[in-house]
Amino acid sequence: MLRSPLHSRHEELGARLLPFAGWEMPIQYDGIVAEHQAVRDELGVFDISHMGEFLVSGKGVTGWLNGILTNDVRELEDGQGQYTLILNEAGGVIDDLILYREAEERYFLVVNASKIEQDEAWLKRKLRDGIVFENQSAEWGGLAVQGPKSTEIWNQLEPEIPLPNRNGIFRSNSGAILCRTGYTGEDGFELFDTNARIGEWFDHLLAAGAKPCGLGARDTLRLEKCYPLNGSDLDEEHTPLEAGLGFFVKLAKAEPFVGQDVLLGQKENGVSSKLAAIKMTGKSPPPRHGYEVRDESGENQLGELTSGSLSPSLGVGIGMVYLAPESAKPGTPLTIAIRDRVFPAEVVKKPFL
Amino acid sequence: MNVPDHLRYADSHEWIDPDSPETATVGISDHAQAELTDVVYMELPEVGRTVTKGEAFAVVESVKAANDIYAPASGEIVEVNEALAEAPEPVNEDPYGAGWLVKIKISDPSELESLHDAGSYREHVS
Repeated sequence: MLRSPLHSRHEELGARLLPFAGWEMPIQYDGIVAEHQAVRDELGVFDISHMGEFLVSGKGVTGWLNGILTNDVRELEDGQGQYTLILNEAGGVIDDLILYREAEERYFLVVNASKIEQDEAWLKRKLRDGIVFENQSAEWGGLAVQGPKSTEIWNQLEPEIPLPNRNGIFRSNSGAILCRTGYTGEDGFELFDTNARIGEWFDHLLAAGAKPCGLGARDTLRLEKCYPLNGSDLDEEHTPLEAGLGFFVKLAKAEPFVGQDVLLGQKENGVSSKLAAIKMTGKSPPPRHGYEVRDESGENQLGELTSGSLSPSLGVGIGMVYLAPESAKPGTPLTIAIRDRVFPAEVVKKPFL
Repeated sequence: MNVPDHLRYADSHEWIDPDSPETATVGISDHAQAELTDVVYMELPEVGRTVTKGEAFAVVESVKAANDIYAPASGEIVEVNEALAEAPEPVNEDPYGAGWLVKIKISDPSELESLHDAGSYREHVS
């Protein structure tokens, strides 16, 4: 089991640590609801040292990346980033990631912890002469600082280092990387620094009033905003068009990308399933990953929840599920099977919040 | 951590009041509620159901997970804390008081001897 450079700090804070993607990570400190609310109302800090970081550079790297990723790399200017996906030949999602252009032929990628090895193997297999691929995941610790007070607190801590614009990246003279991104739907940034230095940032942020938050709150925060989680809402059996991520797929860009043919076909003929948002319509146990989604009668299975939780902000159960397009329209009544009963739910417009 | 002296405790962190075997109150311990945090839903059995010691008879749900609750003694469920269906917060706030779950008419009081007393339960969770 891999350990974060912040491991001893988590233990001192009384975090509950559980395995996640091969890492022993904090699921919660005080409790998911309190942590969730801190991020919505003020400021939270998450350890994201488990996430993967790649640096790719060299002549022709822009065109090479554009032939692998779904978004249009050529839209980026220096210091800008974009959400994008790596697909297999069948158009299924291998990983979703953020790509940052640091310079004309130099890109920083932040990928999911569970996919580091698979992404690396995929990219290396497609490597071209002149392009240098570096997996730097073991060298970086990371923090996600999220909440409406992010900017204010950062400007107090480091008045000399301005935060980049939305989705942007900035590498400080000391070698820390700041990215104006996150996974909660609140303003905030992600900070990467060496394993030796990341702990000090964590200490400074806690001292400035940020609440330590675990992966439990990270999950409820992202679900309320309908941000997909790879391995749950995204997988190699579903395309980004089915997942509702068409905005991040550029079918007319200069370089054709892996999986494009399948997506063009879906664009032409329509998709056979859509990732829908569902909300419980009455008092019920929290819906959870893997629960059966049935029609209104409760008799016929339509799918399985890919994500589900009580929404701390809304006080009601929410989830996501791949449904046939005719069942995926907002307002469609459904039921969710929980243990030996079914509970009413309906399809709602994304996001929940 | 609060472990009242007069109660008996199961390995799986339920408590039972041994002093009134006809209507023995059952709940989950302070340790259990602290581990769960944020109880958001309680599923309780019907009055009249007969349970066997060790049988899963209720479900407590936190934001993160659903957890079974096991009967600390065999018997008939004679009363259920209906208020928890609407608002489960007392399970966290007052696990030995307003957060009680059910009352059981104990069928075999000798079963209680295999449960922890307060001292032994404190060791169990330390």
